[in-house]
Amino acid sequence: MKHLISISDLTKDRAIALLDNAQELSAVNEREVKKVPALRGKTVVNLFFENSTRTRISFELAAKRLSADVINFTASTSSLSKGESLKDTAQTLEALGAHAIVVRHPASGAAHALAHRGWISSSIINAGDGSHEHPTQALLDTLTLRQAFGKTGDLAGLKVLIVGDILHSRVARSNVLLLTMLGASVEVAGPTTLMPAGIEKLGATVSNSFVESLAKKPDAVMMLRVQQERMQGSFFPSPKEYAANWSLSGERYASLSKDTVILHPGPMNRGFEISSEAADDSRSLVLKQVANGVSVRMAVLYATLSGEDN
Amino acid sequence: MTSRVVLDAPDIDRALKRISHEILEANEGSQDLVLLGIPTRGIALAKRIGAMLSSIDPNFTGQVGSLDITLYRDDLSNQERQIRTTEIPAEGIENKVVVLVDDVLFSGRTVRAALDAITEFGRPRQVKLAVMVDRGHRELPIRPDFVGKNLPTAKAERVSVQLSEVDGVDQVVIGE
Repeated sequence: MKHLISISDLTKDRAIALLDNAQELSAVNEREVKKVPALRGKTVVNLFFENSTRTRISFELAAKRLSADVINFTASTSSLSKGESLKDTAQTLEALGAHAIVVRHPASGAAHALAHRGWISSSIINAGDGSHEHPTQALLDTLTLRQAFGKTGDLAGLKVLIVGDILHSRVARSNVLLLTMLGASVEVAGPTTLMPAGIEKLGATVSNSFVESLAKKPDAVMMLRVQQERMQGSFFPSPKEYAANWSLSGERYASLSKDTVILHPGPMNRGFEISSEAADDSRSLVLKQVANGVSVRMAVLYATLSGEDN
Repeated sequence: MTSRVVLDAPDIDRALKRISHEILEANEGSQDLVLLGIPTRGIALAKRIGAMLSSIDPNFTGQVGSLDITLYRDDLSNQERQIRTTEIPAEGIENKVVVLVDDVLFSGRTVRAALDAITEFGRPRQVKLAVMVDRGHRELPIRPDFVGKNLPTAKAERVSVQLSEVDGVDQVVIGE
């Protein structure tokens, strides 16, 4: 595997192999010496055009635990703010010896462009491009669900409900693709203004009522952050109105069955899309997701830098 | 392609029994012994030797584990590798006598990686090496302590140890 741009680059077998590797690597993260020499001599660049502390730290830690060298490149402090193009930046990084570039960009398709325009030959890992995809987030969510339900292969039979701002969510898109590929049934629920047209073509069912979706007793409820930074215009009347209908709180929280797990990609807006009691509930896997993020990113870095094309 | 069977099931069984006795002899008993099999077939061999040690010496309480070396290889190879489970016995390896078990000893690079991997889990008093087949052509200064069969081979030949746990049959085959 040379690049990881989209979940659709993966086959089911390859996705399961990645998750299996991530599961084994999570054992490394529990050891006293949390480091293996697998990527010694490799250089990984985190190229971030959007603020994201947690994803960057997660990738940084993953690369370091595999003994790779890590360079963090943040757009706001670089020549990009002087007008350098994405192409020139990428070629500069490669000339400096980058073997893999982890890229986050506000434009959908930025990672794909880096991988396939012939500008550079480094491996490209998509850490979120616009409202397109965020494949490592989907992989870590899937790994978390596999562990929570004691599964080892796919997720056949699991019912997952994804709630909130589906329109702007690359997390939702990657998750719908990966979860359905692995045999789970996925429902997306959110206000019609935040529901992208054609999402059902990716394999999810669409709901416009959180309460009705919860009545179907999902095994997992994934709450999404409302991405106000991507909203130009009014998608809902007020935060209060949104919370009244779409927050995991009150009666909706109370109606969760005792085996239903709660996921959130973070950062959480407590009191907005999720209540504090739900976020701190014993059924909440939010911190597990963070821990699994490192293991999954180790597996992805290992796979892209040890593949046959390298 | 021609291939021939050089060891059959009774040969393998005899060799493992001899190795088990040799391990006990060298260690003057079973105290502090930990067997670590290198995936995939080394694990099956380590388990068999573990069972034989228990039957020979009831004091051996079955400290058998596995040690994956994928992340310690010195080549990032041209194929993606599946990482296998590493299971160190609960008592650990600190101050123990670790016997690494693998099916075929060839270049020695796997064993070198295993020696690196071991250090992450502690400092054994001694590390020894048991292999089913030593086929020569070492690329590193590594030698086995216990050998099932010395098998002089040409470098281009392929030696495969097949075990019933993994392959459904017990035999050692040499081919081109």
